[in-house]
Parts: sequence; structure tokens; C-alpha cells
Amino acid sequence: MNGPAGNAATLAAAGALATMLALVAVPLAGLLLAAPPGGTAADILHDPYVRHVAGFTVWQAFLSTLLSALFAIPVARALARRGAFPGRTALVRLLSLPLALPQLVAVLGILSVWGGNGWLARAAMALGGRGGPDIYGLTGILVAHVFFNMPLMVRLISAALERVPGEYWRLAAQLGMPSRTIWRLVEWPAIRAVLPGAAALVFMLCATSYTVVLVLGGGPGASTLEVAIYEALRFEFDPPRAVALAMLQLAITGTVYLVLRRLAAPMEGGFIPQTPFPRMDGRHIGARLHDTFWLTTAAVYTAAPLAGIVISGLSADLHRLAAEPAVRAALLTSVLLAATASLAALFMTWALLQPLRGARGGTGEGILARAGDLAASLVLIVPPVILGAGWFVILMPTGRMDWYAPPVVAIINALMSLPFTWRVLQPAFRDVQQRHGRLCAQLGIRGIARLRLVDWPLMRRPLGLAAALALALSLGDLGAIALFGSENFRTLPWLLYQRLGSYRTDDAAGLALVLLALIMVLMALAEAAGGRKGAP
Amino acid sequence: MTGISVALDQVAFRYEDMEMLFDIRFEAGGLYAVMGPSGAGKTTLLNLVAGFETPRSGRILFDGRDMTRTGPDRRPVSMIFQENNLFTHLTVRTNIALGLRPDGRTGPEDDARIREALERTGLAGLEDRLPGELSGGQRQRVALARALLRDRPVMLLDEPFAALGPALRRDMLEFVAEIHRERGFTIVMVTHLPDDALAIAERVAFLDEGRILACAPPAEMSDLASKLPQLGRYLGTYPETPKRPE
Repeated sequence: MNGPAGNAATLAAAGALATMLALVAVPLAGLLLAAPPGGTAADILHDPYVRHVAGFTVWQAFLSTLLSALFAIPVARALARRGAFPGRTALVRLLSLPLALPQLVAVLGILSVWGGNGWLARAAMALGGRGGPDIYGLTGILVAHVFFNMPLMVRLISAALERVPGEYWRLAAQLGMPSRTIWRLVEWPAIRAVLPGAAALVFMLCATSYTVVLVLGGGPGASTLEVAIYEALRFEFDPPRAVALAMLQLAITGTVYLVLRRLAAPMEGGFIPQTPFPRMDGRHIGARLHDTFWLTTAAVYTAAPLAGIVISGLSADLHRLAAEPAVRAALLTSVLLAATASLAALFMTWALLQPLRGARGGTGEGILARAGDLAASLVLIVPPVILGAGWFVILMPTGRMDWYAPPVVAIINALMSLPFTWRVLQPAFRDVQQRHGRLCAQLGIRGIARLRLVDWPLMRRPLGLAAALALALSLGDLGAIALFGSENFRTLPWLLYQRLGSYRTDDAAGLALVLLALIMVLMALAEAAGGRKGAP
Repeated sequence: MTGISVALDQVAFRYEDMEMLFDIRFEAGGLYAVMGPSGAGKTTLLNLVAGFETPRSGRILFDGRDMTRTGPDRRPVSMIFQENNLFTHLTVRTNIALGLRPDGRTGPEDDARIREALERTGLAGLEDRLPGELSGGQRQRVALARALLRDRPVMLLDEPFAALGPALRRDMLEFVAEIHRERGFTIVMVTHLPDDALAIAERVAFLDEGRILACAPPAEMSDLASKLPQLGRYLGTYPETPKRPE
């Protein structure tokens, strides 16, 4: 449908796409222009430290993926085999939490369990041991990455097991197949089909992991490219090195992304089915013990850090923290920044959705209709730290970093949220267009009337959810603020990180709890604004 | 308002790999059934008339006026879809009122007309319900009420009664026939049930692979089926001597 409405929609989307591309292209161009002449770049690539960091980035991502998969497969299998046991729903909910948690908060929780003064160390000491494991370094990175990605993999594998036709299970029971045969003939083939894609996704997430490595990496021995970029800019004042590292990082994420596309990896989390499988196998004691062991381990591994956040947070001096001007200022800055970034992300997403309008009902074609997909991919390849590094290199010579820092952080946070808001809003919007596009066109419902009568009532729930997601992401961000934060410009995560760095662990734990509470309040508000009653 | 003629003059359209070419004239005030195998292009034909699709070439004329490029809301057409005819979050009254005013803001002067449409379709008393609280038949009645209120001379029905049971479907068809008698709209109705076509249609157009192969009174269909292999195959168990119930 062409016409005035069609043109306005095209214009809105083209504008949003151009803005988004510019916001990615400008910092990238800044990096490229700041890049030292070829010879120096090659020197940096031969620098043993850079090579070590690049190697470690890939190595820890590989190990994290391997461990997550080895943990997730038996857990997913047990969850599928045990369709109904008391607490199954609670366990499924529990496993969905780590991905929704800001990384910094989760890392605090992990520290309270695994840290030098954590529960594990204290338990070991009480038993006469020498204390817990040294959490800083590769161990801590792996513990944290498994905490986030084991549940993700469980979800992806569960979705694959769910797709196995019910007849297979009934047939297996009828033929009296032993567990090992069912594993070999039914379960493993289903899992194997999704494993490469799931592994590539987790590898990508771990290779670009920033917060975890920044907090738990602890030193040059266990640093990734993203953290090295941050250090090159903030501590060594060595932009050329940061640029070389950024190029290396882009090459790695770009390559992994291409592999991901090749494997048609699931870019979304999948789900763990609530309805029991028609399973009759796994009744013997060995299988029961096996499943109980893995499900209990997964539950404890996931729940302990969550409990740790609350318990150590409550034991902090929350009254003193609440009275501290620095905390109050950071709280205000965080809320303002997150609100701005979320609104910007929502507006951009809405504009990018406009080409899906029309009488045909959301079968938009061409690059504009896929603009959001493009946006989502772009942010995956160009992680926030790279964007931040680009802006940093551009803005440093102006000498007015303090002045530019808030808008730049807001922009980076908005871009970061875009893939998520797009994934929430696009299917809902497409559905509304498919259902009502022709009707609206026929009745001539357009413009404000359409917004009021159709789009708003039907989209307010997904809009609320998208806003909540964007808020949570921006509030938890450490990547952008770590580059631009200063004494005058501090967000809650940045303050938390500083307290942690000066060994004020209690303060950090208290702030983590405050951050978590703030995120939950704002998310609840955003979802309430979306209204509970929506489209049936 | 009485019906006007609709002519598709060498209208070409491409959907995925299928090239379609429609050339047919629906006479003013006629009641047509459109039949054909699924994927033959029946809905596409209606979408072209309603303005939801734009042809690659050819013209679509209403009462002789070329409206090939006219937007859907400015064509003299009301189309009733198979489903999603109503906004599920709006009341019956608002859904109907949108036929009168596309911004949904009706004034007291519209009340009488809306009430009349509600009564005519047997929906009086249900105006504050949401579509989810109505039966399938009632929902399609709301769509018909809106079409009555819009009073456009051409009415397109895209199998709107396919999901209803036999008795209800017969009632709805009879209602369509009544509307046709009262208002004299030109009605084009897609159906895959020969009985529906026989029940009320004056002429039946048969479509296959994006072309109109025949357009004849229902009584002649069985004769045609022996000459037209596509029609014979489609009808299959078509009765030898169709009777037209009155």
C-alpha cells in the first residue's frame, strides 16, 4: 500500500535505520581513523601480551561453553524425563532467572558463595580445610559463565526434546527400550541437532563477556580483549593499542557471528515445557538417582548465588548507604540514564516497525522491513565496549569528556537494548498487522485514530515488557559506564564496582541488593503501565 | 444504495510462483459465488477488488470508473473476511460504529443508525459485549451489521461462514440473501461448498490456477463439469441433477 501513510512509515523507518547506522558507524570510523599506520598495528598483533589476551578470550569462551554443555545436557535430560515432581515449576522458574539478572549483581552473588570469604570457603574452613577455591582468575570466570549459560543451554536443549513426537516415547516404552537405548536412539539425536547452534551462541556470549571478566578476571593473566580495551583506554592511555585490540575483537565476534548464521543458531532462549512429556521410561532406581543428582546440583548451583545476593545485601549497612550522598546521586543518575536510554530504544524500535504496516498485514519486504533484524545483528557484532571505545577516542581530544559522557552512555545503552526490544515488539506488532491490517485499511482507520483504537490497546503489554527489558539492561550496564564514569558521573553499577575495587565488599553487597530492588521496581512499574488486561 | 457493476479488465497479479490473470464482470446487483480448489486465487481475487493488493497490470472498474489505484477505504466495497473481522479488544458497538466513523467517535446522531443495524442483525442487547464473549455466528453478524451501516454497494464475502455448523451456516446464507433482496448490493461470495453456492447464488464463477474458467448459473454447473475437466475434478461427487432449494 502506498499512500501518505506508507510514505510516512517508510520515512520513519529509514530515519531510524540511518540514525542507528550512524551511531554505530561514527565510533567505528573514529576507531579506524585513530588506528596507527599498518606497521604499528601489526606490531601490536605481535605483542605477546595482546596475543595472550586474544588467546585467553577464545580459551575461556571455549571452556565455558564446554562446561555449560556438559552440565546442561544431563539437567535437560532429567527435566524432560521427570515430567512431574514437586517443585518442577519452581526449578524451571529458577533456571530462567540468571539470564534476566544484571551480570554485576549475579557476580556479587557468586562471590558471596565462592569468594574468599564466601560460604564455600567458610564451610571448608570449619571442616579444617585451607579455605575455598581462588575465585579470581579463570576459575571465577568459568563459574560465572556456567551460572549464566548452563540455564540457557538447558532451555535450548529442552525445546529440542519437546519437539520429539510423543509417539517416540510411547513407542520406546512399548518396545521396552532401556534408558541407554533411548538415549542413543531418541534423546541424543534430538540434542545433537541443536547443540552446535546452542554452543556457538554461548561461545559468542562468553567471548564478548565483559562484566564477569572485569570483576572476576583479576589481573593480566586472565583478561579478555574487551577488558583489555578498557584498560588500554583508562589506565594505559594508549588509544592505538585499544584500537588494535578492538579490531581483533571485531574479527573474532564477526567470525563467530558468521558461524552462528551458518548453523542457524537459535537466537532466542527457547522454553522449558510445563506440560509433562508422555514418558514412561527412567523408572528404575539408577535413573532416579541420576536425575535427582543433576536436578539438585543445578538447583543449588543456581539458587545459592541468588540467595547470596539477598543475604549478604541485607547484612550490609543499608541505612548508612541510603544516607550517603554518593549513593543517592548514583541512584538518580542511574534512573535518569536508564529512562532516557529505554525511551530512545522504544522510539527507535517503533520507527523500525513501521514498514510492517499495511493492508497486506506485515509481509513487508526489502531492507527496511528487516531493519530491526539488522540492528540486532549489528549490536551482536559490535559490542558496547567497542562502541564506547570509538566514542572515547573521538571525544578525548575535546577535553570535555564529562560533558559528553552522559549522552554517549545513554546512546550506547539504547543501542544495546535495541535487539531485545525488537525481539519483543516485532512479533507482537506483526501479529496485530496481520490480524487487523486489512480491516484498518478498509475502514480507513489511520493516524492518531489507529494509534488510539488499535495499536495502543493491543501493543501496550509488549511495550511494557520491552520497556522493562530495556530498563533492566541499562540499569545493569557496566560496559559503557566503565569507560566514561568519573567522580562527577557515577551510576549505581559503577559505584558498586568502585567499592568492590577498594575492598569494601559489604558496601558492594548492599549496593547489589539496592540495584536489584531498583530494577525489580522499575520493571514492575513498566509492566504495570502496560496493563495487565490486554489482547486476549 | 443499490449495487454497481465490478469489472476486472485483464488484471494480472503474481503471488509467489503463480501468475494470475482475471478477466470478469460482476453485473450490478448480482449475487455471485466464487469456487475453486484451494490456492486457486479466490481470496486474491477479492483482495484485488477490495484494494488490498495492487495488480501488475490491468484495470479494476466500479460502475465503469477505474479505481485500480484507489485505497481500500475509498472503494465502494465492504469485505468480510474468514476471521479477524472484529477488533477483539473493542465492544460490539464500537466495532460497528467504526463502519460509520473510522475514528470511532460517534455522536448521538449516529445512535439511531447503529441501533437499527444491531436490530437488523439480531444483535440488540449485545452492544456492550466484547467479541470474545460472542459465538462464532454472532461475531460474523457484527461484521455484517458494520457492512450494512457502511452501505457500500459491493459486498465481498471470503468464506465467512466456513467455521460454522451446517444449520447456522444455512441461516447466515439466508440472511445474506435477504440483505441482497433488501439492499440490492452486488455480492461476491467465495465458498468451497457447492451447496452454499447453490443455495443462494445467481451465478457461479469457477477459478483454477489463477484464471476464471467459467461463470454460469448454478443449474448449468453439472453440464459444464462434463466439458471442463478441472471443474469435474474439483466437484468430484457433485450430484447429477442439482436441485435448488427455495
